[in-house]
Parts: sequence; C-alpha cells; structure tokens
Amino acid sequence: MPEIQNFTMNFGPQHPAAHGVLRLVLEMDGEIITKVDAHIGLLHRATEKLAESKPFNQSIGYMDRLDYVSVMCNEHAYVMAIEKLLGVNPPIRAQYIRVLYDELTRITNHLLWLGAHGLDIGAMTVFLYCFREREDIMDMYEAVSGARMHSTYYRPGGVYRDLPAQMPQYQKSRFRSKADLKRLNQARQGSLLDFIEDFTKRFPACIDEYETLLTDNRIWKQRTVGIGVVSPERALQLGFSGPMLRGSGIEWDLRKKQPYAVYDRMDFDIPVGINGDCYDRYLVRIEEMRQSNKIIRQCVDWLRANPGPVWLEDHKVTPPHRTQMKNDMESLIHHFKYMTEGYCVPAGEVYAAIEHPKGEFGIYMISDGANKPFRVKIRAAGFAHLSSLDEMVRGHMLADLVAIIGTQDIVFGEVDR
Amino acid sequence: MSKPLNVTTDQLAGIIKSRFGGHLKRVPSGAGQLAYEVGASDLRSICAALRDEGPFRFEQLMDVCGVDYLGYGASEWRTRGATDTGFSRGVNRQAPRPADESGRFAVVYQLLSIHHNQRLRLRVFCSAEPPMVDSVTDIWNSANWFEREAFDLFGILFKGHPDLRRILTDYGFMGNPFRKDFPTSGNVEVRYDPDKKRVIYQPVSIVPRVLVPRVIREDPRYPEDQDGTSGHA
Repeated sequence: MPEIQNFTMNFGPQHPAAHGVLRLVLEMDGEIITKVDAHIGLLHRATEKLAESKPFNQSIGYMDRLDYVSVMCNEHAYVMAIEKLLGVNPPIRAQYIRVLYDELTRITNHLLWLGAHGLDIGAMTVFLYCFREREDIMDMYEAVSGARMHSTYYRPGGVYRDLPAQMPQYQKSRFRSKADLKRLNQARQGSLLDFIEDFTKRFPACIDEYETLLTDNRIWKQRTVGIGVVSPERALQLGFSGPMLRGSGIEWDLRKKQPYAVYDRMDFDIPVGINGDCYDRYLVRIEEMRQSNKIIRQCVDWLRANPGPVWLEDHKVTPPHRTQMKNDMESLIHHFKYMTEGYCVPAGEVYAAIEHPKGEFGIYMISDGANKPFRVKIRAAGFAHLSSLDEMVRGHMLADLVAIIGTQDIVFGEVDR
Repeated sequence: MSKPLNVTTDQLAGIIKSRFGGHLKRVPSGAGQLAYEVGASDLRSICAALRDEGPFRFEQLMDVCGVDYLGYGASEWRTRGATDTGFSRGVNRQAPRPADESGRFAVVYQLLSIHHNQRLRLRVFCSAEPPMVDSVTDIWNSANWFEREAFDLFGILFKGHPDLRRILTDYGFMGNPFRKDFPTSGNVEVRYDPDKKRVIYQPVSIVPRVLVPRVIREDPRYPEDQDGTSGHA
C-alpha cells in the first residue's frame, strides 16, 4: 500500500486572482484545501516609518497609496486624526464635500471589487460594465483635485479647494468621432455638481444592470452561496469590520454608530446579510452602492444651497491664499513656515477610525509636540480580513479560494502598508 | 442578550475604576477617548474580564500596535533661546540614548465593544531586553497577525503566541525596522553581481539625511498639557 501524502502547492505571488502580491502556501488533500499559510509583505513600503520622518502634511500623499482604490477615505482618517489632536473642526462645507467624496470613493471601490470578483470567478462582462461607471468617478476626482487616483485632496482643516464651477470636457481628437464627443460631453456642460447629480440619476439603473448579470445567475450563485461562511461570533473574534461583518448579520456601521463629519445628518440604511457567505457579502456591497448614491444626492443638494469656506482661516494649520501671500508680509511668513517646517501638533495620542469601503480604517497617532508624528499606526481592514483566510478556506476547493480572496476585497497597498 | 448600556465614556470610566481599581491606570488621551495603562502581569486577566463581563463586552480587538518610545520628546533643533549664531543647518544624527531602557517598548491595544458602542485603548509596557508581553491571541483571535507584525517590526516577543514568525519583512531579514534606532534607509541593499552571477547583499550606499528637522515648539494656543500624554512613562 503506497503512503498517501498531502500535496503542498504554491499560489502567487504573481497570480491574477491574488489581487496584487499575495503568496499562499497551500496544503491540499486532493482538491480540498486543508491549510493555508499566507505570505504577505511583498508590497511593504514602511509607510508608518516614513511618516515619522516627515511633517504631518507630507504624509497625506502616502495615505493615497495605501488602499489605492479608495483613496479619499484613507486621507479622511489621517486628517481626522491630526484634527483631533489639534482640536480643530473643518468648516461645515468641507465636511459635506468630504462625505460626498467618501461616498463616491465607496462606489469606486465597490465597482472595482465587483468587477474583479466577477472576473475571478468567470463573469467577464461585469468588469467592463463596472469600469464604465468608474471612469466617471475618476473624472470627478480629477475635476476636484487634478489627479485621477492619488488625489491628496483632504487637508487638516478642510479640503484643498472648493468644487469647480465648470466640469472639464473632452477635447476634440482624431481618435474620436464628433458624435462620440458630443455624447461624452453631454453631461459635462454645467458644474461639477451638475455632473455628479446626473451621475446619481444614471447610477441606480447601472446597478440594476449588474444585478441582472449576477444576482439570479445560476453560475454566480453556485460559486458564492455557502462559500466562506463566517458566523457572527467568529466574525467578531477575527476582528472583521465593514461589509465582512455586516455580511455575517451584525448591524454595525461607524457612519451610523459613531458618526464623523456630517454623517449624522444623512438619511441612509445599513444593509445586513443573513448567512455570512460570499453571496450575502455581495448583496451587502451592492446595496451599499445604492445607499451611497442616496447620500451623494443629499450632499449635492446641500452643497448647491450653501456656499461657504472650505478651509479654516487658521494659518498655522492651513496655508494663506496666494494673493494674500503676495501682498502681506505675515501671510508670506505663514506660508513659508507652513510649507517648510509644517506645524507642531500638541502632545497626545488619538485613534481616529472611519467606515472605509473595506471596513474600519483607523489611524492611531502619537504626537510628542513636534512637527512630525512620533508614531503613526495604520489599522487596515484588509489585514484583519486576510488573517482569517486560513479559517475561511479550510475544507473548500481550490477554486473557492479565489472566490474567498475576492469576497474579502483585499488590496495589498493597505495590507502590507 | 443583555441590553446595551447607554453610558457616556465618563460613566464607563467610573465603572472600570470601581471594578479594576489600581490595576488599570487611566492615562490622558486626546479627543476624550478612554485610554488605560495596564501592568504586564495583569494583562491577560484584565483582557479576559474586559471581553466577557457584562458592562464591558469588548468583543473586538481592532488593532495591536507596537511603540518604541526611544527619543520621545527630543527635538533636533533648539527653538528657544536663539541665538547669536543662528540655527545650524545640519542635524546631529546621534540621538542620545538613555541609560535605562526599561519602558522603551509598549504595546497598544484598541478595543471595540459593538454591544455597548464603546472604544477603549490599553497600553502595556514590555519587560526589558528582550521586550516581552503575554499574547492575547486566545482571547481575541484577531491578535494573531497584529502580534506577528509587532514582533517583526519591533522585536517584541509575545509569550504564548502559537506561530510567532516574521510577517511583513523579507525572507531572511535581519533587525527590527520600526525601532527608532533602525535607519530609514536600512542597513543592507541588494544588487545583481555580474561576477558572482547572483543577487548579493551589501552595506547600504545611501547616506541618511534629514530634510526637515524635527522641532518642538510651544504654541500658546494650546493649553499647557492639554491632554497630558507628554511624559509618557
């Protein structure tokens, strides 16, 4: 009788379904996974260490590069931690703009997740559909910050600038027909807010399209129903947050329970799953997009009616306006000190957490009174979720591993930091 | 299911004080957050009580964070009593090291009670070289990777951890990169050696430099010792 041994298999780090650079060492019993050892850190850039050697504001750009598909939310937690230590509150309009962009970010994140998750388990079309809408949100990012992805738009004390009065339009090009150009620019005739409002009107029908492709799709359900089931008790033990926790049936959302910015003025619901499997988490995220759309509508209405400052006038924390700077000696000094040395933050420690599209994203910041943070710890949701991979995958087939990595919504920028 | 206690953080602080007395020492924190310091020997019993007992119910451990307090409150530039000569341009890299390094490393736990909607922060100082604390992996399973991370980056040992391996750094990495005395540019770099026909490690060729010196200025707008965490130990 020959001895039967388990098979050890390597997965990644360069694998399209590994969502970046995840290396897994799998122990297989036939096609059943008995153990997973995840090797992470291949994208480790020591963001926390780098932040210790720079003035506070210079690390905002690093936050963009953590979870690089939900950029503005990362910035939000970071600037919120600084603001809490400084004891300042940004103007109300800035807070509305932050909520607006947080929710747009949530939609981009979920669109990328849905597209990639679909692609992983064999639904090609969804990917193309999702990226169509994602492009519009990228344009909204670009209109407001000048960058499609790494926007560095939120600053301690507000946001970098007010929403533009004119939405940028596509230019004539020999690769684009006149009819195409007209169609693309149709919604871009007015301001950025007009464009966003138009998007919120179009978007629910787009979600219906994704749902037509997936929700009742027999293959999709076969690949996700009953896969990666996590009970609510285990979800708490494993440090789950966000859609992963809600998918297991726990009604918990920081936007509702510990509201920050102006979420306490928003009307929205928290979707909750029942079975805690991949399919429920899919439904939760789909519904979250609908709720985000609802919040964006409320922000647009408020922002239209209430013009005002978007940055604090405290020039120790925010730079003075350019025209002021060129006419006023004190403003020039403020500008120089702000841009070179930065500002000193009073000694103390604070934990600022937000409801990131992936879960709870927290910044624990210790300041010793200097112009640089003494220690910044980034609590990324993906890190806690990925640590449960072993438990979620055991006993499943190899192909289900891919579905479970997909459902965790892993992005290595934030896992490895 | 017991009903959630709708208590303020101050009331919760009162409950904690009457339950744990001197074992949990309240430390000041920013933004009215609850922060406590716990002795290394009490850590596990207090964590278990905080998780299980009715008024606390901290079911979730959101984060475990290592901290190296070496050089806390040290400024690279003198900003007061200036000066006949002006400020120097360069920064002296040789930070003075304290003779006594106990109280250098700490581990900070962020707890969350979903039931009562409360947060709490625990800080425990590690025993001296090698820095060591008890693992809380069996109390909150989410501590597993977070403790591995603190072990990897700070060299803090967690007694009772089931699988204490490096997690974020490279295979075969030497040292603990997030310690304050570890240079940001690292100690070694890799390159392909055409003679040996393989990738080799060599001492790093980057000269570390400081672009913006670290300064501590007193700002009259913030009341002295606003939340008093200066002077941590």
